[in-house]
Amino acid sequence: MAKTIYDFPEAEISWCPGCGNFGILTFLKDVLAEVAPDPQKLVLVSGIGQAAKLPQYVKGHYFNGLHGRALPPATAIKVSNPSLTVVVTSGDGDMYGEGGNHFIHTIRRNPDITVIVHNNMVYGLTKGQASPTSSRGFKTPVQANGVILEPFNPLAVAIALDASFVARIFMGFKDHSEEVLKKAILHKGFSLVDVFQPCVTYNKLNTYQWFREKTYFLDSSHDPKNRAQAFQKAIETDKFPLGIFYQQTEKPVFEDQLVAYRDDKTPLFERKPNLDRVQAIMHKLRQ
Amino acid sequence: MSSQRTFQHDISVVLAGEAGQGIATVEQVFMRTLKTAGYHVSATKEYMSRVRGGTNTTEIRVASRPIAAFVDRIDLLVELNPKAVDHVKNRLSSSTIIIADENSVKDLPQLVLTVPFARIAQELGDRILSNTIALGFLAALFDIPSQELIDQVRRSFGKKEGDIIEKNCSAAQQGFDLGRQAAFKHQLSVQIERNPSVKKEMIVGGHEAAALGAVVGGCNFLASYPMSPSTGVLTFLAQHADEFGIVVEQAEDEIAAMNMGLGSWYAGGRAMVTTSGGGFSLMTEGLSLAGAIESPMVIYLAQRPGPATGLPTRTEQGDLDLALYAGHGDFPRAIFTPGTLKDIFLLTAMAFDLADLYQVPVFILTDQGLLDLYHTLSEFPAVTVKASNHIVKTTPDYKRYKFTDSGLSPRGIPGFGEGIVCVDSDEHDEGGYITEDSQTRKAMVDKRMKKHGLLLKDVLAPQFFGEKDYKKLILGWGSSFHAIREAMEQQSDLDTAFLYFRQVYPFPDMAIPLIEKAKEVVCVENNASGQFAKLLRRETGLAVHKKILKYDGSPFSVEELVRQI
Repeated sequence: MAKTIYDFPEAEISWCPGCGNFGILTFLKDVLAEVAPDPQKLVLVSGIGQAAKLPQYVKGHYFNGLHGRALPPATAIKVSNPSLTVVVTSGDGDMYGEGGNHFIHTIRRNPDITVIVHNNMVYGLTKGQASPTSSRGFKTPVQANGVILEPFNPLAVAIALDASFVARIFMGFKDHSEEVLKKAILHKGFSLVDVFQPCVTYNKLNTYQWFREKTYFLDSSHDPKNRAQAFQKAIETDKFPLGIFYQQTEKPVFEDQLVAYRDDKTPLFERKPNLDRVQAIMHKLRQ
Repeated sequence: MSSQRTFQHDISVVLAGEAGQGIATVEQVFMRTLKTAGYHVSATKEYMSRVRGGTNTTEIRVASRPIAAFVDRIDLLVELNPKAVDHVKNRLSSSTIIIADENSVKDLPQLVLTVPFARIAQELGDRILSNTIALGFLAALFDIPSQELIDQVRRSFGKKEGDIIEKNCSAAQQGFDLGRQAAFKHQLSVQIERNPSVKKEMIVGGHEAAALGAVVGGCNFLASYPMSPSTGVLTFLAQHADEFGIVVEQAEDEIAAMNMGLGSWYAGGRAMVTTSGGGFSLMTEGLSLAGAIESPMVIYLAQRPGPATGLPTRTEQGDLDLALYAGHGDFPRAIFTPGTLKDIFLLTAMAFDLADLYQVPVFILTDQGLLDLYHTLSEFPAVTVKASNHIVKTTPDYKRYKFTDSGLSPRGIPGFGEGIVCVDSDEHDEGGYITEDSQTRKAMVDKRMKKHGLLLKDVLAPQFFGEKDYKKLILGWGSSFHAIREAMEQQSDLDTAFLYFRQVYPFPDMAIPLIEKAKEVVCVENNASGQFAKLLRRETGLAVHKKILKYDGSPFSVEELVRQI
């Protein structure tokens, strides 16, 4: 295993042996070491769940908040100090279930953050219930007769919302995953990377083997600038495409449009209240 | 008909009309006109939760001294829609003078001055001009020179396009002439003493006081979801985000707003969220997160009557319990309860420093009645708190939750220094990493709760009004302040004193001997259960003898407190 500045050997990892999260942790650290070489400028943000524990195992800043609520603080961190690189790591339950509303509106905002969703199609931390992405018919202790809801399609939703970067990887394909992840973090704007990841304890359906068989790579015939084609690819479910579905660079970034930064790029922690302007307003109230 | 009325000291004018008839505009221009003439003025309003129709009223008090309380009494009622008299019928007395449209036939015992509002407005080509005619009429009764009135109208409508300014000037002038005639005919005269120094005063409202206080306190991040009556602050800061360099974002919901606020503090911002009770209910999990990660947070909670949607545009002090108990688990907090516009400004500014210094959530609890109050004010209080942050530059061995004697760990932020800043909603060790070690858990809880003691050390003492040898003590917090003060002035009973709480939590224990000394303790609260009295009991074991409670959606009036105290 390559040594990176983000390695944190003291960490006591609480994932199950064989968990797909290990692979994601490994290549994420590699990618971060390359595209975010200054740990002082990187913040990992997560919610709650097994995937959301990832920042605990990386030597770097993190904000590990509430279940479903990773995106609001991530957006605010980026906006409060735009010089920081902000990467969110969370699971499918956290991002697409509890945090669904934030998922929609953060895409609309388009802050320059990267969102990595460990999508294992099951709830791990709460011991095996269905997640928003579980397949129909998937049996769990709660969905005892099998899931009867349509699985949430994060990529189709993101493309429908004109997200600026939408990709899917399978953590079992390390080189491909690293390549996509690198591009996602370097992309300016909201980047979604949905990561297929097996849960070896609670998901006996979507296994390593299953993901290998049910996926294929998007090739050069796919144009990531073509939104309609991207959507077409996103709704394929016989075999799931992997790669960059959609990317656009013209979309204005949230923090760049805020009037607070129009004439002054100073991060918030270095700002002082403009007391002269307060006086001017009080003067106006005397008129 | 001749009636001969002279108003001295104090007059209460009520403007009543439908939503959309522009009463708020008349209120603003009339107040400025009166202020320029040297009168002290205040205005309070009550309105329905609708954009058009219904009946809304504004009470404008004009006096020879600063006034700000709501009174039931109506001296002059300007009726812009025919239903208005019915809407305020309980507040009319035989001496109320009613100013109504000529076509609004009234069979009333009061003196009714009819004015052809609709006819003149129609002649000028716009129904809405009735309100400017009323303005002119009133200005004449107050003996304002017509030129001053016209100047004010020009200033107020100066940004409008086309002939709107001229039409308004003409409407004001015609109203003014009719007012002159009516005053002469009925021998009405206002002989309230004027004070030239009032001319230089500000006219300030509750929303502005809070927003400016936030800016002075160093607020540079605001995330909110609109909800009456908190939206005024969001609007004000959004409109001034540019000049003050404040990031303002309308969040998708209150959950997002609160969590954004916490993200901003983590990254070095000074954040506030603005909301009302229903919205704050959604923020409570985030409040608990602030407790866990020891984040500063400023929560501007503008109350309105609940439960649920309640009375969206009306007033109540019903969310004290909510602010006190919101959020799961034990963690310290502070609750400010300003009762005046000066205190809204001051305490909102102070909230940021207090939150930042002790890494705790701080509430500013206001309500619709107080926020929609406007009055003349010479100065805001000087704010002496530090408006810069209490952030430290981290070193490589930095630990966010380092154990210290005081319980306070120096707060670092990412990107400033060489250390790593880790915060976690799970129980954590000094470094911020998840732990289930029972000793660390206990030490972390103790460390967090130590800050309650620090907050108590800095708690704002309640303000005492009255003589030393009182027998009866009135307890009030927040928006009841002005009504209690004025009721006591009217009674001039030396046996009664008033204790005004600007901070209710941590409970200021210096109040205990003052309360124990009284033979009778009376608590005045705009809610149904006596939430402050319950807090007092819980924190001190002291019980009040009598509770004066009101929960019909309106604020306390001076008269009802005179009757009940």
